[in-house]
Amino acid sequence: MEIVLRGGRILDPQRRIDRIGDLIIRNGVIHELVWEPHAVSPSSQTRVIDVTGKWVVPAWVDMHVHLREPGEEYKETIMTGTAAAVAGGFGAVACMPNTKPVNDCAAVTSFITRRAFEQGHCHVYPVAAISKGLKGEELAEFGELREAGAVAVSDDGRPVMNAALMRRALEYAKAFDLLVITHAEETALSQGGHMHEGVMSTRLGLQGIPAAAEAVMIARDVLLAELTGGRLHVAHVSTEASVWILREAKRRGIPVTCETAPHYFTLTDEFVEGFDTVYKVNPPLRTRRDVEAIKEALADGTIDVIATDHAPHSLLEKDTEFQDAANGMIGLESALPLVLNLIEEGVGDPLDILAKVTWNPSKILGIPFGSLRKGAPAHITIIDPNAEHVIDPETFQSKGRNCPFRGWSVKGRAVMTLVNGLVRYPFP
Amino acid sequence: MAFSRKDLLGMRDLEVDEIETILDTAESLKEINTRSIKKVPTLRGKTVVHLFYEPSTRTRTSFDIAAKRLSADTYSISTSTSSMVKGETFLDTVKNLEAMQPDVFIIRHSASGTPHRIAQRTKASVINAGDGMHEHPSQALLDMLTIRQHKGRLDGLTVLIVGDIAHSRVARSNIWGLTKMGARVVVCGPPTLLPSHLEHLPVTVSLRLEPVIPEADVIMVLRLQKERQGQGLLPSLREYAAYYGIDSKKLAHAKPDVLIMHPGPMNRGVEISPEVADGPHAVILDQVSNGVAVRMALLYLLVQRDESAD
Repeated sequence: MEIVLRGGRILDPQRRIDRIGDLIIRNGVIHELVWEPHAVSPSSQTRVIDVTGKWVVPAWVDMHVHLREPGEEYKETIMTGTAAAVAGGFGAVACMPNTKPVNDCAAVTSFITRRAFEQGHCHVYPVAAISKGLKGEELAEFGELREAGAVAVSDDGRPVMNAALMRRALEYAKAFDLLVITHAEETALSQGGHMHEGVMSTRLGLQGIPAAAEAVMIARDVLLAELTGGRLHVAHVSTEASVWILREAKRRGIPVTCETAPHYFTLTDEFVEGFDTVYKVNPPLRTRRDVEAIKEALADGTIDVIATDHAPHSLLEKDTEFQDAANGMIGLESALPLVLNLIEEGVGDPLDILAKVTWNPSKILGIPFGSLRKGAPAHITIIDPNAEHVIDPETFQSKGRNCPFRGWSVKGRAVMTLVNGLVRYPFP
Repeated sequence: MAFSRKDLLGMRDLEVDEIETILDTAESLKEINTRSIKKVPTLRGKTVVHLFYEPSTRTRTSFDIAAKRLSADTYSISTSTSSMVKGETFLDTVKNLEAMQPDVFIIRHSASGTPHRIAQRTKASVINAGDGMHEHPSQALLDMLTIRQHKGRLDGLTVLIVGDIAHSRVARSNIWGLTKMGARVVVCGPPTLLPSHLEHLPVTVSLRLEPVIPEADVIMVLRLQKERQGQGLLPSLREYAAYYGIDSKKLAHAKPDVLIMHPGPMNRGVEISPEVADGPHAVILDQVSNGVAVRMALLYLLVQRDESAD
């Protein structure tokens, strides 16, 4: 079985290739890149897909999603979440452990990988818990978790408040080459807060969460990464102060990487004005100044990765008072045009920006994604960069409808997602 | 001018002429409250539902008296008597009541933004009777009416708001309302009780009372919620009373005709001393009387809008 993607703009951020050509897939693997147009003469066994005017890029990787299974299948399942992923251009997702039960033991990790194998539309890489039950008290069994398929550990949704436990996590994870992902939030500072602390929280009379609640925790964790030499990855960076701490940490050679999400470079706390709970997310939407700082950090490489923090909730959690509503917004099916918009805005060239959703997360997680080199598995996304459309969550594959970009006119969408050389989107 | 709003949600989105209309209407309705038969048929056949999901005596009674003096039928639902205790959501409660065709919902809720959320979902008019730490517009309007009665104007006055600004919906509504009407607002309180980024609101901030007391034409004293001490925002009530409590010693430096206001309920001896609360400068009970007139005006204007739309 052979597929030829003919005449597309081939963009491979890993090797910084950006040129028109044909990409040949054979047996699920990238067989050849051919730069002379129409040099390949297809056999009768070959499926030729004309991708003129489209971008051929490594399948996108979202290293931060919530699939809600097991336990909260009314919000999302591995099947619906991965359907949303491929529809959004993603060929792999890493799912966070705050399921019910928590993914803190090999049995749960195995359940997720098995369910993903049976029902998933794309690859699913479980992130297991740092601490048993996400309680922040005892380390989970990293060795067994790794063997069962976990690629990283995180208590995402909750910070590890005990600095000594975080230190031990960073140390112990080294034995199994696990990435430690930190949810940076000093809860004594954020407690009771529902939105960013600033002009808007004062105006709206909502208890605020100061930017420092995030930044002080990042400062602690980079110091612990320096102490231990463990690999630290900071999830959902949202503030200017966080950025300067991370920039300095990297300058010092501390082994730290980090991610932000599209809403942190697209939305501000001013959107909370009408008390619409779709804008309630943790960390909260910040100010324009923070948004600009996030973009600068994307531009200069301080921020390595863009992940969505796809967090589906049902109306039950969202159609309520702002202070009672659950944190989180979905992101898998709206991320692509928002990320491409960064190129339009001059934050980076296509290869720089695409690296943050392909090669960088793959490298950080140590998974075979993010490259178009010969012999690599054919995980490929075909993008129509000029497709103008209006975001309509009612058409989403995700069960979540908590999308803050409803009704936005955007440009760019995934027209095809291939995983292991198989077309997984559009759905047959 | 015609008042064309469906809801009264906050002072921040009201225009100057709307505020004037409300105050003038309240002024004209005030007389009804002094008659021996305190009732006019204006809202006969109209239904007003009070949804008070937070403890309240004066605001609730004030709205109820206002509605009844205009001959509306009123019904009261509170947390303890509502199906909330059976697990029903607030929105479901409102939807069920909506099906009974009320004309006005008066909502007091501990969550900021609740009246706004309900207003989008109901055909009835919604009056915000206090939402979380956000706004309490009828309180600001009755404060403004009281100041106007005593000073003859709002424009050019300096109003000092003292106390827990961070958690006060009364302060927020007054800041928007008073500054729109041309008053200067100074807020004063311990830094732990001032909200962040106050410099972006139209106010002057002072961390100590002494320098700002002499400037004030009006001193609005806010109630100190005693649990703030437990939250680590204050070392002690004693220290608060010493530095931010309004007593006759501090008042000695104030203008001779300064007005002392308090939205109630008062912690005598904490934010206000008994001598000041009952003293010649205090207009605290005038505020309460004006509350009924302002709320009559609000009900009248909102329902009358509805009539003219028919």
